[in-house]
Amino acid sequence: MPALSVRLAFCLAAGLLALPAAAQTTIRLIYLEEARVATNPLANIEPVPDDLGRAGAELAISDNNTTGKFLQQRFELSRIAVPTGASGADMLAKVQKSGAGFVVLNVSAGAIDRLMAQPAAARYLWFNAGAPDDRLRQSQCRANLLHTLPGRAMQADALAQYLATRRWSKWFLVTGPRPEDKLYAAALRRAAKRFGGRIVAEKTWNYGHDARRTAQGEVPVFTQVGDYDVLIVADESGDFGDYLSYRTWLPRPVAGTQGLTAEGWHAAAEQWGAVQLQNRFRQQSHRPMQPVDYAAWAAVRSVGEAASRTASGETAKLTAYIRGPAFQLAGFKGRTLSYRPWNGELRQPMMVAQPRSLVSLSPQDGFLHPRTDLDTLGFDAPEVKCPAH
Amino acid sequence: MPHPLCRLAALLLASFTASQAMAANVYVSNEKDHTLTVIDSTTLAVVKTIPVGKRPRGITLSKDGKSLFICASDDNTVQVMDLASGKITHNLPSGEDPEQFALAPDGKSLYIANENSNVVTIIDVASRRVTGQVDVGVEPEGMAVSPDGRWAVNTSETTNMVHWIDTRTRQLVDSTLVDQRPRYARFSADGKLLWVSAEVGGTVSVIDVASRKRIKTISFAITGIPKDRIQPVGIRLTRDGRYAFVPLGPANHVAVIDAKTFQPVKYLLVGRRVWHAELSADEKQLWVTNGISNDVSVIDTAALKVIKSIPVGRYPWGVAVSGS
Repeated sequence: MPALSVRLAFCLAAGLLALPAAAQTTIRLIYLEEARVATNPLANIEPVPDDLGRAGAELAISDNNTTGKFLQQRFELSRIAVPTGASGADMLAKVQKSGAGFVVLNVSAGAIDRLMAQPAAARYLWFNAGAPDDRLRQSQCRANLLHTLPGRAMQADALAQYLATRRWSKWFLVTGPRPEDKLYAAALRRAAKRFGGRIVAEKTWNYGHDARRTAQGEVPVFTQVGDYDVLIVADESGDFGDYLSYRTWLPRPVAGTQGLTAEGWHAAAEQWGAVQLQNRFRQQSHRPMQPVDYAAWAAVRSVGEAASRTASGETAKLTAYIRGPAFQLAGFKGRTLSYRPWNGELRQPMMVAQPRSLVSLSPQDGFLHPRTDLDTLGFDAPEVKCPAH
Repeated sequence: MPHPLCRLAALLLASFTASQAMAANVYVSNEKDHTLTVIDSTTLAVVKTIPVGKRPRGITLSKDGKSLFICASDDNTVQVMDLASGKITHNLPSGEDPEQFALAPDGKSLYIANENSNVVTIIDVASRRVTGQVDVGVEPEGMAVSPDGRWAVNTSETTNMVHWIDTRTRQLVDSTLVDQRPRYARFSADGKLLWVSAEVGGTVSVIDVASRKRIKTISFAITGIPKDRIQPVGIRLTRDGRYAFVPLGPANHVAVIDAKTFQPVKYLLVGRRVWHAELSADEKQLWVTNGISNDVSVIDTAALKVIKSIPVGRYPWGVAVSGS
């Protein structure tokens, strides 16, 4: 709409001339997404939405703007889409052209590495809303890279705490063949050690993906490993995990990436005002809100919250506030959310859930921490080796 | 000639009936049961349970004390109940998802926060018409009208502000930033101060009405309860300006605050997830709703002691006391 933008520009210019003191501040954000390698999850009732993540960022922009109108602040979100494996220089050039200071990333950990290797990346505040890789939170973190998506360690810890309260301490770990499955399994091993789980049996699923017709025969045989309390599956792409429930040799529950899961958000959340956020999201996007949507929402809302509190639009000022001790974000989970200074990961309760309902919220009662029990999930300060922090 | 003892009995009966007539009714909305519980304030017993609209939350009495306004959130309406008969006489158009509301001191206008649509709806109670809507922040929740009727204020939970609506022009004229998730607003009896709770921020802000600036932020600390579980919601202030009572949500306590020094002086253990409160007309009792333990607690405000818990329906939300 060129006519409209000309008119808008004219109005803005006229406004600036007439009232320089009451000028509106514009805060620009980028949502950068990398085309993902298509997977073919078994659960074909829930296709991966095209706007996964982006929809959360868009909802937060409208939340920010409703607030911003009372403070003469305007938030603009632009989308940059890059192909799989785009170079760091290409991605950064696009960001630089936009004039934004804040970037929400829904890209792979590899793309984050390539971006962060660019010296000019230091001028931006980056929010990782798409990569759960623990190395970005433990050994390769960056001062200007925050994580609103909980890492695999947070997921595994949240699940392990719940299993500990049920006293389901003997685990049968089934890991898929993909590299990310191995990373999730590694997080589970760490969580077992921290919260008293014992991996009594372990197997790799090598039966290929499309076992729809044969799973009934294969899974009972595959799961004959002696006794255990719970089968824990590491299958992030959803290739086979949904085959396991109700087909195990012993009648045992399934948890992990399928069955009972632990993530930052769940479509069934309704307490602490969550129903309002779910309704707004559904009204906007006509589908339930997923964890990556929530992570992108939290990132954009963090910028909005900092802008209201500091009454500023300056990237450096907002970044300092977001990373500082005064920052609080209300995230519809009954607790305030804030960023851990040692690795930039968002402190947040985790939703332990089955596909259609919430089972519990971690941290579980009784897991104590000298600072806040939220820091019993994920990497604590002494475990983090990040030179940049 | 009746026996003297009979005369005595008749006298006693008469005085008993008189004191019965003085007894107040306490009304509690049960969010999950779609009902209203009625409790006798002297016997502290449940008198009856009345079915109402879906998801009743905020409730408030008309100025003449004859009817009760009920936000039936999932029916998108405000119901009006005739208290003498216990019947819903009519509905008021409320806008979408009404949660809390406030009646102007003259009893004529009702200001309703519409949580899902970021507006405040103004209703003329007599003609049952919407007379105005004002755009506010994200998730409007708390509503209050100043004692002089000049200001209607609304708190927006995700915008984290108090919005000041001039009741004469029906324009939003100012917004005051407070802490995370402001849930409730209450003017002091003299109209000089506005108290606002921030549920997730864990604070109560005291705002000077003349300047619309925050002059004090009250924090809470209860031994053995993590700071972020202390989540203030409802507020009641005594007329003499001595105390403020603030239910603290999942901390399961009501804070008693010295309203002159703004310091918490005592924490009273009540039921689970305590949200809203109401004082009796004589301010000798404070009633609070415990959402998760499905009961209400009665507090003796002179002794600052909890005297009884009374089971009601599921998820008790709002409370109103006749005569207050």
